[in-house]
Amino acid sequence: MTDTHQGTGRDGAEAGAADAIDAGTAEAFLSHDQSLRHAPGPYFGSYGGRWMPESLIAALDELQDTFDKAKADPDFTAQVADLNKNYAGRPSLLTEAQRFAEHCGGVRVFLKREDLNHTGSHKINNVLGQALLAKRMGKTRVIAETGAGQHGVASATAAALLGLECVVYMGAEDTRRQALNVARMQLLGATVIPVTNGSQTLKDAINDALRDWVANVETTHYLLGTAAGAHPFPAMVRYFHEVIGEEARSQILEQTGKLPDAVCACVGGGSNAIGIFHGFLDDREVALYGFEAGGDGVETGRHAATITLGRPGVLHGARSYLMQDEDGQTMESHSISAGLDYPGVGPEHAYLADIGRANYEPITDAEAMEAFQLLSRTEGIIPAIETAHALAGAMKVGRRLAADLGPGEQASDRILIVNLSGRGDKDVATAAGYFDLLPDDSAEQEIAQEGEQL
Amino acid sequence: MTRHSTDRPTAQMTDHVIDHATDAPVGRHAGTVADGSKAAAAIEKARSEGRAALIGYLPAGFPDVQATIDAGIAMAENGMDLIEIGIPYSDPVMDGQVIQEATVEALANGFTVPQIFDVVEGITRSTDAAVLVMTYWNPVMRMGVRNFAERLKAAGGAGLITPDLIPDEAAEWLEASEELGLDRVFLVAPSTSPQRMQNTVDASRGFVYAVSVMGVTGARSSVGTAARAVVDAAHGAGAERVCVGLGVSSSAQVREIGAYADGVIVGTALVAALRDGGVAAVADLTRELSTGTPKASS
Repeated sequence: MTDTHQGTGRDGAEAGAADAIDAGTAEAFLSHDQSLRHAPGPYFGSYGGRWMPESLIAALDELQDTFDKAKADPDFTAQVADLNKNYAGRPSLLTEAQRFAEHCGGVRVFLKREDLNHTGSHKINNVLGQALLAKRMGKTRVIAETGAGQHGVASATAAALLGLECVVYMGAEDTRRQALNVARMQLLGATVIPVTNGSQTLKDAINDALRDWVANVETTHYLLGTAAGAHPFPAMVRYFHEVIGEEARSQILEQTGKLPDAVCACVGGGSNAIGIFHGFLDDREVALYGFEAGGDGVETGRHAATITLGRPGVLHGARSYLMQDEDGQTMESHSISAGLDYPGVGPEHAYLADIGRANYEPITDAEAMEAFQLLSRTEGIIPAIETAHALAGAMKVGRRLAADLGPGEQASDRILIVNLSGRGDKDVATAAGYFDLLPDDSAEQEIAQEGEQL
Repeated sequence: MTRHSTDRPTAQMTDHVIDHATDAPVGRHAGTVADGSKAAAAIEKARSEGRAALIGYLPAGFPDVQATIDAGIAMAENGMDLIEIGIPYSDPVMDGQVIQEATVEALANGFTVPQIFDVVEGITRSTDAAVLVMTYWNPVMRMGVRNFAERLKAAGGAGLITPDLIPDEAAEWLEASEELGLDRVFLVAPSTSPQRMQNTVDASRGFVYAVSVMGVTGARSSVGTAARAVVDAAHGAGAERVCVGLGVSSSAQVREIGAYADGVIVGTALVAALRDGGVAAVADLTRELSTGTPKASS
């Protein structure tokens, strides 16, 4: 990185761990017995921070204070554990995918089944935790942004469970394409507001949610859906998703007796990825791979490969990699997957990329859809299209591992974990359109042809 | 830098007097009028006339660069003491509908960030008004803070108003603005804690921007009681100049706020005037607004 910036004006202790390492490598980090786990923010190296209007700083301070106290309160952690177990259905399974593994160079592949959680993805982990914090702060209303609707549905679910009013901001185009998800949120008692500002995409839904938050911060918590945004959101959202990595680590040890060679996850904002990575951050022999949305291919300019091709900037409260033009205007991202279609990325990922602890690569729409179909047909599991990017990446990583075996080693000695972050029910119309499975003149075909963010 | 005093400073205080004969400010405080702060000088000039300063905002490039220059000159010639020119940005989270639509149009019409310097230069070449640039931070960061600051200085700009940059993250800008003598106007809000109020007042140069209500830009029928509390808190923390923005659209509101604040900022109403009636409407509205900040009769 040549373009670095270290915010100042905060206590040295807050940024201490990161400062101690400076721009070193993961090797330097770990050889100094420094842990990468539980990084508290506000900074991750030179990323993170609070690039936010002053009007919202008091709310961020209140949230941070409430979160810090809650983490140390056994009642709160017991409440989260209880909801995870008896409401969300945790621990999620770790399933070995033997037939899919044949397409991954023959290495062993295990799927962390976040798709089996209530509401069908990892998103529930974060919304339950944040909704509990909202209650602790005495807030009666939560607002959320959503692209395809996964986080919106999860937020509406948590709000219904805990008796909170819920308003979800969603790009106007997405509300039409995702009419069923809008209905789902409404069934759960939420209000869905179509966003017609700007490019009418996920980033504009976040902008409108922030505008709502500024005006209603007394009563309202902004339930941000990914590990991005201003401090404390990146560290807090990760905290609620750390359970993914912790479970996966103990499950793989139990099932195979050893740690995996690599862990794969898809990265939009990066919440499922940081959740599973966290369990393995200090196991330096475990390679971590984040797969970004390559859209039509990074060479076409139509993609959402933020770390691969972006450069540092500030958006929605954090300094991180950002898809921006030479004027610093945010560029529109493109992906067949609405959940990855975001021009920013969480600041901890930016840091892990810079120090080399995690690797980030783009996966094209076509590669993702091939993996989507393959997992469906080999394992009887229809993944979310977001997740399909991780699966396509795992196929590449598995083949590389198999091609790089030492004397006497077999591919089956190598182990991969893929975070199966969500199920694909929501994507059936998109996939049916993509694979041309819809009869002509059907309503679904008309919807499927309209856009990439079905 | 501002002074720590619980008294509200006034032009009558002997330690802070401007010599209007030569327009050369004298005084002992670093970073204010004596240090060549253009924003401070403009507000103090109004104060010396017994009134609050009137500050007007327009986004650059709406509908085009020349229109912004013309409207800026019209504002200066019709009673605006300070002019804010906004940089259109893709993600303006602090702006309401009217300004969003104007900036979207400016970008659609091809506005590019370096043109902000053409606008600033175009206005400062023709008028004596102090011109501040209001900008979200990423465009500045993208150009490079130092580079941006140098170009702004060269164009005759007074400094920056930064709606999404808090002093905590502003190390580069603090350094560049200090070195180049540019104003840095940070925002304070009804939600700002006493400690943050102090830090923000200390970090500001030129004036402190008091957000009148919790919300985004846009005309409101009443500005509310929170504004006065914010202004009082900022003065209490030692700010010499505190100007109120968000929601102000009429001369009556200007008069009401001018009674306790050092300046009053109007944005959305001017943008709507430019949209609906062009430069002439901006001139008319400026004259109307300026009746809210009459010169002292005695």
